[in-house]
Amino acid sequence: MSEKVLMKGNEALAEAAIMAGCRHYFGYPITPQTEVAAYMAKRMPKIGGTFLQAESEVAAINMVLGAAACGVRAMTSSSSPGISLKSEGISYMAGCELPALIVNVQRGGPGLGGIQPSQSDYFQATKGGGHGDYHLIVLAPASVQEMFDMTFKGFNLADKYRVPAMILADGTMGQMMEPVSLDASTIETYEKPWATTGTAEHEGRNVINSLSLSPAQLEQWNISRYERYAAIEKDEVMYEEFMMDDAEICVVAFGIAARVSKNAIVEARKRGLKVGMIRPITLWPFPKAVLNKAADKVKAFLSVELNMGQMVDDVKLATGCKKPVYFYGRTGGVIMTPEEVLSALTKIEKGEAKQW
Amino acid sequence: MVVFEKTKGLTDAPLHYCPGCTHGIIHRLVAESLAELGVLDKTVGIASVGCSVFSYNYFNCDMIQAAHGRAPAVATGAKRANPEKIVFTYQGDGDLAAIGTAETVHAAARNENITIIFVNNAIYGMTGGQMAPTTLPNQITQTSPYGRDTTVVGYPVKVCEMLSEITGASYLERVAVNNVKNIRAAKKAIKHAFENQIAGKGFSLIEVLSTCPTNWGLSPEEAIKWLDENMETYYPLGVYKDKYKEEK
Repeated sequence: MSEKVLMKGNEALAEAAIMAGCRHYFGYPITPQTEVAAYMAKRMPKIGGTFLQAESEVAAINMVLGAAACGVRAMTSSSSPGISLKSEGISYMAGCELPALIVNVQRGGPGLGGIQPSQSDYFQATKGGGHGDYHLIVLAPASVQEMFDMTFKGFNLADKYRVPAMILADGTMGQMMEPVSLDASTIETYEKPWATTGTAEHEGRNVINSLSLSPAQLEQWNISRYERYAAIEKDEVMYEEFMMDDAEICVVAFGIAARVSKNAIVEARKRGLKVGMIRPITLWPFPKAVLNKAADKVKAFLSVELNMGQMVDDVKLATGCKKPVYFYGRTGGVIMTPEEVLSALTKIEKGEAKQW
Repeated sequence: MVVFEKTKGLTDAPLHYCPGCTHGIIHRLVAESLAELGVLDKTVGIASVGCSVFSYNYFNCDMIQAAHGRAPAVATGAKRANPEKIVFTYQGDGDLAAIGTAETVHAAARNENITIIFVNNAIYGMTGGQMAPTTLPNQITQTSPYGRDTTVVGYPVKVCEMLSEITGASYLERVAVNNVKNIRAAKKAIKHAFENQIAGKGFSLIEVLSTCPTNWGLSPEEAIKWLDENMETYYPLGVYKDKYKEEK
């Protein structure tokens, strides 16, 4: 293993994208993802790549669509309000079955919201965002190292399944500095015989399109895409278990909320509370099976999130409501402290907490 | 002896356009240009939203269907990914001059090396005849039933004139397909726009004045006459910018 370097999450992600073969980045300035674009602006011209600052988020995502249609690894990054603007293009990319990487370094919302970290785009990322029947592959890094590693993963999975992938980070992941090992992860390459590269390069005409005026055909397109979603749900779920062997309360948290919760769990253990954590790394597909299994062992679940409880329903559905589910969260850009999480855990232990 | 045959630039799919609509002529001019320049097999076309949405079925090359107004952005991505390929968009007036104004202006500002075919028929055709950004003053449409009232909704956007002020843009010309002479001139302009792209000269836009007999409520013959008498006076034909010619 190579030496570690100290890097910001946004920069580690940008470097990983370049190492993963991405040479086409299209973006629009917004805080707190700024460093991704700044890094790309510096690096891309030196390596024969494209960095283009578009006239809007709407244009940027459609440039990604055009580049992805031509078979190259393309990406964009933004923060919450910008992702709302990109949602039209993301829906088209899902409908056109185009692989690409979309990074959301989340900030507080709704509306213009704020610029401090948040996880309040969980619904948008995992339940659609744009219109129509589709899913994104959603990866939630919880360290700068994972910002680096998940970027490779995102490109690989997108290409493998012809599905746009999203890295759902937050302002903390983007801005904080941690030691990171820049060892290249595996780059998987997939043939793209469907790409619009001119008929000289393939048999017949390639058409990238999401339109069908035939309900039967459009239904069939959706059904066949959902067959691939089913394969993703079966094969690509990622999660981390922390101190779950003897846990009686299971924290469910991702990203920065999981980092804070880890500290709370270590402290809770010192006080005799048997707490563990299941940390979803893929938010879609959601780690349903492991949570369902845990529901047979633990007494309760606590969903810890930087929002008003957007993941709770998924935890309840995954666990089949076999055990009570509680929620602790802060929102608007406020980050919870480990003490606050510990206090929520103590209340559950004492039977004083209110179920969701 | 075959003296005229269908261009290889078009597929055999029957066009869905209304009788008398001039989209068919414009399709042929674009397709012929690509075929004559020998670039059909390295061309990526971008279809837009509106009547020409199905152009991906007609142009005999690789095609991408873009969201409403976004074709120049999609074309930008495609061209940047494939700089050696020929990339064009085919857009109507609602698509290009209303919802896609920003994408159009900024593709021009970047002097993006693409070709835009802009079909201006002064109305939204596909959705049934609503007022377009290019609808003439006092023109009656479904959403301007008393005529376009410029005191309420303002004046039409003159795209070539507007873009001619943009330093980046290379070649802007307005043509029409209402008579043989104009059709020949339109062909020349369209072909020149593609030649520019092949030579790496950057952003070209050809605005084509076109008819919409169905939504204008006119016969095909009357529609041609209406274009002659009304559109050509409001939207004068000609070259609005030719950066390389100026440099000579």
